[in-house]
Amino acid sequence: MLRLMTLLALLLTLAMPAAAQEGTDTSRAETGGAQTLEDILRRQEQQAIDDSFRSDLTGDPEQAAPITDQLGTRGGASDPDLWRAFRYSTADITTQERGPATKTLIQDGGMWWLMFREGPLLKMAAYLLGGTLLALALFYLIRGRIRIDGEKTGRTITRFKAFERFAHWLLASSFLILGLTGLISLIGRKVLIPVFGHDTFSFLATGSKWVHNNVSWAFIVALVIIFVVWVVHNIPDRTDLHWLSKAGGLLGGSHPPAKKFNAGQKLIFWAVIVLGGSISLSGISLLFPFEFNMFGHTFSTLNSWGVPSWIGMSDLPYPLQPHEEMQYAQLWHAIVSLVLTAIIFAHIYLGSVGMEGAFDAMGKGEVEEQWAREHHSIWADEVLKSKASKTEAQ
Amino acid sequence: MKAFLVSLVVLVVITIGANQILMRLGPSSAEATVSVDNVRLSD
Repeated sequence: MLRLMTLLALLLTLAMPAAAQEGTDTSRAETGGAQTLEDILRRQEQQAIDDSFRSDLTGDPEQAAPITDQLGTRGGASDPDLWRAFRYSTADITTQERGPATKTLIQDGGMWWLMFREGPLLKMAAYLLGGTLLALALFYLIRGRIRIDGEKTGRTITRFKAFERFAHWLLASSFLILGLTGLISLIGRKVLIPVFGHDTFSFLATGSKWVHNNVSWAFIVALVIIFVVWVVHNIPDRTDLHWLSKAGGLLGGSHPPAKKFNAGQKLIFWAVIVLGGSISLSGISLLFPFEFNMFGHTFSTLNSWGVPSWIGMSDLPYPLQPHEEMQYAQLWHAIVSLVLTAIIFAHIYLGSVGMEGAFDAMGKGEVEEQWAREHHSIWADEVLKSKASKTEAQ
Repeated sequence: MKAFLVSLVVLVVITIGANQILMRLGPSSAEATVSVDNVRLSD
């Protein structure tokens, strides 16, 4: 009997802490309405917590202490209530500053953004860009340079006119400069400061920012020109399906027919236009802070359509504080830029060391006739026929 | 090669031009967000 009682006492003792953690309301009542151990643990694990017990507790004039009592620094109102109101942007703030963000004194979401920006985002950048370079190096080692299979004719045909090449190089050079200066801004604090020190990085960061902000206009101009000049040649058609089914010649051993641009190049074109356009819009939003807020409206629309629930997510945050708009714009700008950079790495590889004769198209504008017949047979036939008919007419 | 060099020149022109235009257009963000109204000059 004594042993049984001892065992029962031991079980009850062990069960007590578990019972104490059951139900947030009970333990919150025990903390006088403040956060609980469970809240702290969930926050440390980056999990969402219901902090309405704090966000709703921002002062109620009806509940204020009567002025007949001993008063604090804010009279009958509570200091913690005021700080909570600052934190959740519900305080009635008057300021001589004029602007959408000037009344945000505490921005709670900033810590999430900072931690994501300095942690997962940098890892993603390293894996994505490093992984792409590694994959291309492996592809080169396995496949080698894609050579011109047939005998070279020694004759060339015009692939791109001077204006097309100018637009391409304007887009390419501005993109490379923006990519480099963007990376300096993105990885500077975590990677460059430890290596070069604060003074050198300060000079580098200031210069990078100026260059990034102003070169962006050249990128946008080039993007518009490229779209106008090449969109007609990049509309998908049936030849693209055949080209894709053969993986551009990697499967089956023969070169599938293609027009001026094959399906792979069309994918690159649309990636540049769509992702480049999105990068430009988020970039403009960042260039003119708080003037072009795009995320709050987008999140609200997606929530109203129920899009987050399609992938098992809860509603996207809305409304957003002005700083949050900028933080989402920065993350979007960086992530989409990284994805486009990885795609462009593949484009640069295939346009240079990866394929014999490809660089001539943008270098000189003239390509070897045999190269054109192999990689863009439909286009080559059209150009050669047109050339022949012009010669006959003369 | 000529197209590439021209693109570099145009890139520099757009970069400096955009900066100069934006600097002259105004108002700057400081001008747009600061007000001298409601400043308490004395007790």
